[in-house]
Amino acid sequence: MMLTEITLGQYFPGNSFVHRLDPRTKILATIIYIIAIFFAETPLSYGILTAFAALVILISRLPWLLVLKALKPIWIIVILTMFIHMFTAPGEHVIWSWKFLNVTQEGLDLGLKMAVRLILLLLFSSVLTFTTSPIVLTDGIENLLRPFKAVGVPAHELAMMMTIALRFIPTLLEETDRIMKAQTARGADFANGNMLQRLKNMLPLLVPLFISAFRRADELAVAMEARCYRGGEGRTRMHELAYGGGDYVALALVLALAVGLAVLRWGKLCGLSS
Amino acid sequence: MSIKLSNIYHTYSKGTPFERLALQDVSVAIAKGEIVAIIGHTGSGKSTLVQHLNGLLKPDKGTATIDDMDITAKGQQAKAARQQVGMVFQYPEHQIFAETVFEDIAFGPRNKGFNEEEVAKAVREAMEFVGLDYDTFAERSPFQLSGGQMRRVAIAGVVAMNPDYLVLDEPSAGLDPRSRNAVFREIMALHKSRGIAIVLVTHSMEEAVKYANRMLVINGGQVLFDGEPAAIFKEHGDELVQVGVDVPQVYKLADLLRHKGMSLPEGIKDEMALVKAIKQAKGWK
Repeated sequence: MMLTEITLGQYFPGNSFVHRLDPRTKILATIIYIIAIFFAETPLSYGILTAFAALVILISRLPWLLVLKALKPIWIIVILTMFIHMFTAPGEHVIWSWKFLNVTQEGLDLGLKMAVRLILLLLFSSVLTFTTSPIVLTDGIENLLRPFKAVGVPAHELAMMMTIALRFIPTLLEETDRIMKAQTARGADFANGNMLQRLKNMLPLLVPLFISAFRRADELAVAMEARCYRGGEGRTRMHELAYGGGDYVALALVLALAVGLAVLRWGKLCGLSS
Repeated sequence: MSIKLSNIYHTYSKGTPFERLALQDVSVAIAKGEIVAIIGHTGSGKSTLVQHLNGLLKPDKGTATIDDMDITAKGQQAKAARQQVGMVFQYPEHQIFAETVFEDIAFGPRNKGFNEEEVAKAVREAMEFVGLDYDTFAERSPFQLSGGQMRRVAIAGVVAMNPDYLVLDEPSAGLDPRSRNAVFREIMALHKSRGIAIVLVTHSMEEAVKYANRMLVINGGQVLFDGEPAAIFKEHGDELVQVGVDVPQVYKLADLLRHKGMSLPEGIKDEMALVKAIKQAKGWK
């Protein structure tokens, strides 16, 4: 596979309702959803959460296969978590045992619950990165962090650093690809040999890559200063973020979900639900 | 002896929204001893095409062979076949990594399995070819050289591998006129003395006309024209302009003068030849 074919930040361009939402809405909604996951207790509440996630994926018109692929890296963790809970959770009703291993009904429940929580958490947050381009995402983060400036969070600097880093990932990947090809054409071998050999073989790739990264950084700094960049103070932006009607609807829906789940869990205590 | 690409297709980022068909049904044969210029608009597929010539890219469909040996295959033989094709990328000085000029140029020959004696000989010869004095430059750091000198070191690094074919992707980009002429003079000397086939990817029609005896015009991932540069400019001038490739200034001026009634011979390749022809037509001395 060519290095440049790795899709960055998993962004999957589109023009669905979810794609068009303000990035702040999407970040906040994701946070609220994650909190809501931890309100869930009963199979019913998990059903509601799953249905909600499925609905969001449906509206975002992302290919199902793509979203499910996002689960690939945490597969092992999900299964491991499930088994650890299954075997270690204390409980009365033993349903299966072998030598010192006991699986209880309670353990099985807890294991399944944790697995579903993890999967939902990842599914929902992957929709955020799939539908929001990295640059817009950092814009949203900067905006949300701004109130914390008073307590010393360098919101603008953080966002600028993230933007620049993200901006240069494809450039550096391209550069890596190019240098790799050039050295391969000169007979370099990046795939074979033992550890030490391979590290040594990386030198003809890493040295030019570092040199070009520093050169680019230097050029960028000069270009930014030439255009009077003096940090975030008093800076205006080309694309102002603005909430639209859809954003309020989306936020209201997620909030309703969280409140609903909270009521399902604690409602009984307060006498709200029967 | 030739490199053959037959019915090659290549698509980038297959199966994603960024999918892009870069080459479709391209068939090209490059024989030893030729000088072929490949021209085309940015994004026409020139660079993709030349990267198939030494197996850096594998075609989705179609075959790439050197003397009937499949160069996309695995194994030592295929690797040896690929190494017959030297590749000088755009801005090749960006691939320099070693502490001394000697070490950098020696990288390719060493990978090819030359012994130290052969390596030293290859480096010395390659440096001579690109016009870098061995005693002055061999032990210097390549990073302290000028842009033109660095480019020569990088070209020498490829030449030192003694390739039968040399592919150069815009070897003159970003150089001043004097370095540009020098680089081409060296490439042509290489062609003459070792009989190396030269494949030249360029944006400059002047370069194509001046140095190549065959020209491929690429447009939209396909070979539009393949033939003698002067003939292509003469017969397909208008079509070339349409696909974003301009006819060399010398040709335009010569055509204009012929139009005005001056009798000029065909096949004028550069400014000097035009000046001579005008003098002759006018009977000036």
